[in-house]
Amino acid sequence: MGMTMTQKILAAHAGLDHVEAGQLVMAKLDRVLGNDITTPVAIREFEKLGVKDVYDKEKVTVVLDHFVPNKDIAAAIQCQQCRNFCNEHEIVNFFDVGQMGIEHALLPEKGLVVSGDCVVGADSHTCTYGALGAFSTGVGSTDMACAMAIGKLWFKVPSAIRFELKGELQPHVTGKDVILHIIGMIGVDGALYRSMEFTGEGVSSLSVVDRLTICNMAIEAGGKNGIFEVDQKTIDYVHEHSLREPVIYKADEDAVYEKTYEIDLSTIRPTVSFPHLPENTKTIDEVGEVKIDQVVIGSCTNGFYENIEEAASILRGRKVAKGVRCIVIPATQEIYLKAMKNGLLEDFIKAGCVVSTPTCGPCLGGYMGVLAPGERAVATTNRNFVGRMGAKTSEVYLASPATAAASAIEGKIASFEPYV
Amino acid sequence: MIIESKVIKYQDNVDTDVIIPARYLNDSSDENMARHCMEDLDPNYHERVKENKIIVAGFNFGCGSSREHAPLALKASGAKLVIAKSFARIFYRNAINIGMPIIECEAAAEAIENGDLVSVDTDTGLITDQTTGETFKAAPFPGFIGTIIADGGLVEAIKKGSIR
Ligand code: SF4
Repeated sequence: MGMTMTQKILAAHAGLDHVEAGQLVMAKLDRVLGNDITTPVAIREFEKLGVKDVYDKEKVTVVLDHFVPNKDIAAAIQCQQCRNFCNEHEIVNFFDVGQMGIEHALLPEKGLVVSGDCVVGADSHTCTYGALGAFSTGVGSTDMACAMAIGKLWFKVPSAIRFELKGELQPHVTGKDVILHIIGMIGVDGALYRSMEFTGEGVSSLSVVDRLTICNMAIEAGGKNGIFEVDQKTIDYVHEHSLREPVIYKADEDAVYEKTYEIDLSTIRPTVSFPHLPENTKTIDEVGEVKIDQVVIGSCTNGFYENIEEAASILRGRKVAKGVRCIVIPATQEIYLKAMKNGLLEDFIKAGCVVSTPTCGPCLGGYMGVLAPGERAVATTNRNFVGRMGAKTSEVYLASPATAAASAIEGKIASFEPYV
Repeated sequence: MIIESKVIKYQDNVDTDVIIPARYLNDSSDENMARHCMEDLDPNYHERVKENKIIVAGFNFGCGSSREHAPLALKASGAKLVIAKSFARIFYRNAINIGMPIIECEAAAEAIENGDLVSVDTDTGLITDQTTGETFKAAPFPGFIGTIIADGGLVEAIKKGSIR
């Protein structure tokens, strides 16, 4: 029986010729990631293990991004615990304020993940790197602790759902619309425990950033991981960012998929997800009149340069509606710098936005844009659960950067079409 | 292990942001976790969990973030077991890794009602609703997942050398 892309990567990292869905394996890890929220809990567990060193000082990676620059004393203490641990264990890839960015935008940019890698992170959106043809998945803090100690972790080999992409997206429709469309179609547990494998001739029309956005939200469909077939764009991206060579795993011809969905990219409309679940999607044509108080453009889903640039192109020379706060957060220092050099920050500020240093901040209702009771936000983030961005009665509508920017201008959920 | 208690029942898709809201993640102490567990979903959770230590829920329990704080918060709040129609996968592995008992059983999660007295044998997967007399059988944990649970979590299993 043939293997899927995911199964091949897991087999290779478990030292096996063949694996099948449901099998339990111990797989070697090419990278183990944690952030300022999950790492302190992992450190506590790591210390219980009683081992002296981490398995690999280069592969263990810690990024402070959720509540930094420290939002309060409690957050400062958690960062201090991470910092002390990383100093003591001489962690090479420790990203503190000044170097850090939102972890899932930072790792690809720094070349820390390449095609064929097996990666875990104590953060659910670790599934983002599947965009590069890696197996990567979110785990918990105890997993992170044990992975740091022994460089291996247990996995149940997942079955898979195939998304056969064809055609090309309409102009300014992006990866965010694709993944919201898919989640609306299959539901928040539509891919529970399974891999979401993206293949077909439509893949090559998607930018690497579109693919990162799509894989980022695999978890919002319950998926264990999302993964894209590697093509020339992936290879070029990896060469540009990393010294390591990509390793390409292609699904076997007779690989078993539980289901195959054919998706014609050209038919996808800009899509918005209504509170309080990502599966509550509507196309922009169906949204009706939804007045908003805030717009957030950023996060590990849509804080990439291409996304920031798209939002700037719509806001340039225009004004954010009165009564709306528009918060723009480039995901990494490098993206921030490039946006500055290219004048995008000026475009945003002149339009009446605020621009923040890289942070998760409002995405998880941490700080830098928390919502009051009853307030509504359009956000390019990935979750719209109850209370996700603040008060229990606040609401988050998920959308693409272009839709978010147009909504900021109109003060309600709006189509980008008049502005492009 | 036999766990017996009354039940609190919730719906589908109970997410990690309601189990423990992110605004409290700046302090991972048991005390802080227990204090805020479930507060956005069920303001009376704290009173109820004193008597009702088994949580029964629908599909996709624990969906959302990878925060281990979610099963830790449930454990710290006094909950002894979660029975659900299905679990989100990171929650599932986190619960196993920290030794918080969970059982996936669609039939039981459908039939058992709020306030029922339920007893569960976690070794055999036998679930008995004492209030109605109905019994259900959940599949036992496969392979070394059973070992991890028996050892009391992943850290203990690695220390003992039963997982390597
Ligand atoms: S940006 Fe949001 S979803 Fe992404 S890692 Fe940060 S908190 Fe999580």
